[in-house]
Amino acid sequence: MAGAKMIARFFIAIGAPLVAFVRYLGELVLLAGDTFRSVFTHRLRWRLFLQQIVEIGLLSQVVVMVTGGFTGAVFAAQTYFQFNKIGMGSATGAVVAVAICRELAPVLSALMVSGRVGAAMSAEIGTMKVTEQIDALRALAVYPVDYLVVPRALAMMISMPLLTAECIGFGIIASYLVAIVFLDINGTYYVANMVQWTRMRDLIMGVSKAFVFGILIVFISCHKGLTTREGAVGVGRATTEAVVISSLAVLISNFFLTMALNIVYPAGYQ
Amino acid sequence: MAIVPQRATNNGAMIAVRDLRKAIGEEEILRGVELEVAVGETLVIIGRSGGGKSVLLKHLIGLMQPDAGEIWVSGKNITGMSERQLTAIRQKVGILFQSGALFDSMTVEENIAFPLREAGMRDVKTMRARVNEVLEVVELEGENAKMPESLSGGMRKRVGLARAIIRQPSCVLYDEPTSGLDPVVSDSINRLIRRLQERFQMTSIVVTHDMKSAVHVGDRIAYLHEGRIYFHGTPAELKKCDDPIIQDFLLGRSESATN
Repeated sequence: MAGAKMIARFFIAIGAPLVAFVRYLGELVLLAGDTFRSVFTHRLRWRLFLQQIVEIGLLSQVVVMVTGGFTGAVFAAQTYFQFNKIGMGSATGAVVAVAICRELAPVLSALMVSGRVGAAMSAEIGTMKVTEQIDALRALAVYPVDYLVVPRALAMMISMPLLTAECIGFGIIASYLVAIVFLDINGTYYVANMVQWTRMRDLIMGVSKAFVFGILIVFISCHKGLTTREGAVGVGRATTEAVVISSLAVLISNFFLTMALNIVYPAGYQ
Repeated sequence: MAIVPQRATNNGAMIAVRDLRKAIGEEEILRGVELEVAVGETLVIIGRSGGGKSVLLKHLIGLMQPDAGEIWVSGKNITGMSERQLTAIRQKVGILFQSGALFDSMTVEENIAFPLREAGMRDVKTMRARVNEVLEVVELEGENAKMPESLSGGMRKRVGLARAIIRQPSCVLYDEPTSGLDPVVSDSINRLIRRLQERFQMTSIVVTHDMKSAVHVGDRIAYLHEGRIYFHGTPAELKKCDDPIIQDFLLGRSESATN
């Protein structure tokens, strides 16, 4: 009898959070479904879309360049310190380029964008929610998903892969500079090895991941904004949660994306 | 004493509410509201603060969905309609929010022109002419370029009203149009509501706890008490009514004289 009670208590304890989690996932999927349906059935507000391209894509560039550049630089240095011991210093370029393309650039750009853009999205939409501006949109016969989420989602899906490509570029350039200036690697060997070991599929993998991360960030952040409650405190909470949840979603989904995409785009020289 | 409106057909009424129930969290806010508003009429809903007046108003335009009951707007049952289906109704019914709910990233002109632009109007000249026309109605000529942040509370409400009426809806809902305003500005808003009703024959529903405003603008007054319509009649009938609950509200007494 006591055992049955304990089992019941166990399920009650994990039940509520589990239901909340499944419900949350459901809401995200519904929002995404609503958005994609709207993209195909309703006219796009070009002005808002272009504004979001500027906000998400154009203005995130510096952040992404710095992230890519310094990550490439430090990764080149660390790789060289190890590889040089076994006389493989000039292979540094190959390792750095592949790692940046496949993992570092998409993940780090996504984390930076979720902090910069995701936070802004949930704060802006959340403020509109608590000041009745979302209700005003609805009352003026404008569906908030069409007006707020669609332009952001499209802009994010276009910007994230491009930002990641930019991050990759700056990472590789920075690693090259570090290699020839600080590490005394022969530049020609560095580039030759890099080109030999890096494939188009590595680049495609990074950019595909970025596209998925963009989708995760935009729907998590917009959803947090649209479900904000309780005034200024609520906006703060929504913003924090948007950044935390989208960052975790990026890191967790990255593992599964790597495993899945590696079947399509296998790593290594073949 | 409670004077409950007769259950009638929904034909002819601009808005009809049948046995509307809504709970928020644990609390039952509306417990079977019955209400009918004829075309061209101004109905004032009065009641204590936190008594569910704004909740009732938000149901009339589908911003909230009831737990039970029906809402009919110009002959259509809007209960259970999806957001997309509701857009057709919302083009006919405008609402003035308590705070004005202006879009704070847009100027006054952009705010007011918003419904036109969303309806597909692109001609800047016509749009500006329409904006200036409604700005004149709400007595804010020349304030086009200001941002909502730099407006006073009364001005924000008037801009919100301009935005609500620019598409010439057949019905306007007002959520506490005079709360937080000084008596002079309140009076100008009351006159504005009357003028709109006379000039455009708009049906109006005004939610307020300001008795002066209620008597001034209302053709009929409904008193919402404990989630139901407790009284429904003309301002003159309300004044004559000797029900203690009504009297307490009219005289602003916190303790009933009958105690």
